[in-house]
Amino acid sequence: MGFDCIVLAKQVPDTANITGQAMKEDGTVNRAALPAIFNPEDLNALELALEIAEKHGGSVTLITMGLPQAGELLRQGLYRGSNRAILLTDRRFARADTLATSYTLAQAIRTIGRFDLVLCGRQAIDGDTAQVGPQTAEKLGVPQITYVEKIESLGGGKVVARRSIGKGYEMMEAPLPCLMTVVGTANEPREPRAKLLMKFKNARCPSEVTERVRAELTPKDGTADEAAVKTEADRRIRELAKKNLVIEEWKVEDIKADLSRVGGEGSPTKVKEIEFVVIKGAQTRMVEPTDEGMGELLRELIGDHTLG
Amino acid sequence: MKGYDGVWVFAEQEDGKLADVGLELLTKGRELAGVLNTKLSAVLLGQRVKELAKTLIAHGADEVLLAEDERLADYLAAPYTRVITDAVRARKPAIMIFGASTIGRDLAPRVASTLLCGLTADCTDLKIGDFTDNIEKKTYKNLLYQIRPAFGGNIIATIVNPTGWPQMATVREGVMKMGKPDASRKGTVKKLEVVLDLADLVAKVIKKERVQKSVDLKGAQIIVSGGAGVGSRENFKLVWDLARTLGAAVGASRAAVDGGYIDHDHQVGQTGTTVRPRLYIACGISGAIQHRAGMSEAGKIIAINSDPSAPIFKISHYGIVGDLNDIIPRFIEIYRKKGPG
Repeated sequence: MGFDCIVLAKQVPDTANITGQAMKEDGTVNRAALPAIFNPEDLNALELALEIAEKHGGSVTLITMGLPQAGELLRQGLYRGSNRAILLTDRRFARADTLATSYTLAQAIRTIGRFDLVLCGRQAIDGDTAQVGPQTAEKLGVPQITYVEKIESLGGGKVVARRSIGKGYEMMEAPLPCLMTVVGTANEPREPRAKLLMKFKNARCPSEVTERVRAELTPKDGTADEAAVKTEADRRIRELAKKNLVIEEWKVEDIKADLSRVGGEGSPTKVKEIEFVVIKGAQTRMVEPTDEGMGELLRELIGDHTLG
Repeated sequence: MKGYDGVWVFAEQEDGKLADVGLELLTKGRELAGVLNTKLSAVLLGQRVKELAKTLIAHGADEVLLAEDERLADYLAAPYTRVITDAVRARKPAIMIFGASTIGRDLAPRVASTLLCGLTADCTDLKIGDFTDNIEKKTYKNLLYQIRPAFGGNIIATIVNPTGWPQMATVREGVMKMGKPDASRKGTVKKLEVVLDLADLVAKVIKKERVQKSVDLKGAQIIVSGGAGVGSRENFKLVWDLARTLGAAVGASRAAVDGGYIDHDHQVGQTGTTVRPRLYIACGISGAIQHRAGMSEAGKIIAINSDPSAPIFKISHYGIVGDLNDIIPRFIEIYRKKGPG
């Protein structure tokens, strides 16, 4: 039988390590300046897709919208068993909010063609909105099942999934094709397979190659000769192509996207301002960690009925 | 934007019971409607839920837009989206707010996507103000400021949506304060047309299993909370002991929950529960902004931490620098001797 699964993943900045230089004037983050990781719940989504392929047969296609460096996320998918990996990269996709992002992803999915399931993490650790999944489902005109923890059954043109929804569980049934967002408790994502790692470690997106060449050919205080960059980049890409190691890369035209609906152009929400959180010192009373100190504190708390 | 007017709040209900978050948002909505000098409407979908309208009006709604149909008895994304988007297209509200509950996070994005409008998730504050777009050189008046922490809590962002109306936002339970209902308030109930295609009805809920929450943090008056500094599930016993001694509920930071010291029901913070106890004792909690967001309005905060530079000390009323393994047992001892009974 087999099911064609499409997995949507995002490379996210390591949000524990943001410093001043990572923030730009317009309020958006300079993602290239931060260490980047595979969004954790998207890895759970990929794992679910790979399990479906192992159990029922079919294919797993991994897509990400991002900078050229997101090629690393796609390699991580290939190391784990994805059959196909596609990078959506284009300056015009930049500064997209969830509406523009979901439009771009939906267009890419339409370009891929038929699918049974779209899987993605419930939310990304940078935006934490959990909006892209449902919005992509709406744009594709398919049902959505969010907060999926387990697939109970798959077949006969439908899926039954168990949702973990805070105050309990829910079993939902939807016809295929549909979209599911996956939570972190769904599974333990597998590690890269050694054989696949060896096979794909040199796989690159054309843009990654171009950026690398440009960096190599940029003199210490000047700019690279773009013609030379293109010649060398094309040469390396041809070499990779011979070994089937070129990761597919799509731009606005490749997914027939309407320019007014992608990137900042297609984003109704705008950042008005950003404030760095600065904690102001308050009137904290330091209490000595002694019996006297704590005794006094307790007397106060009991006295004003804070403690009964 | 021209032609758009009114503040709408999605009045979430399940099995005939209104969710608290909807009522909290009506209080906030009342305030926003006041600033904009416009009407506040509650949007209520379900089957045989008409008598809930009274409560919504008492909490501030001028009007309840009611869609009753057996196909709306249980929440499902497609039919709810259809009914709401039809109503929005017909009546054009300027603002629509949803609780950021499981339902809200499933529904609001689908509604926003259908209407091609902007949506900001998990807002911690909502205000009305102006915005000047420096690129377009245009000033927009009376926009909804959608305020939320972002990027690991290191920044507070103010988001605006100048032209993708209605302006939509979701807000988590407990973030906005629920006002006192006023049964004397008057309002109207308007029936919404329910038009659904077969395509809207393809998904279904087969079974629901409610799990009783092991703890009610929202209502707790005293909470003793443990963080990463506690070190282990075994050592969390100290937190349980102190809580038992004081008659308190047990809370935890996300780090403690992620570390397996205690389960998620006890988590306090932006992705856990927002609490407003009379007394909050934070043990071995550093005080990351997402945690502070969940407890900063406690009446009194005592922080116990071995690190004097921990951010928690900046918002606590009392701070004890030391090893919680030493301090907690002594605190218990002193309370038993000095405390009432």
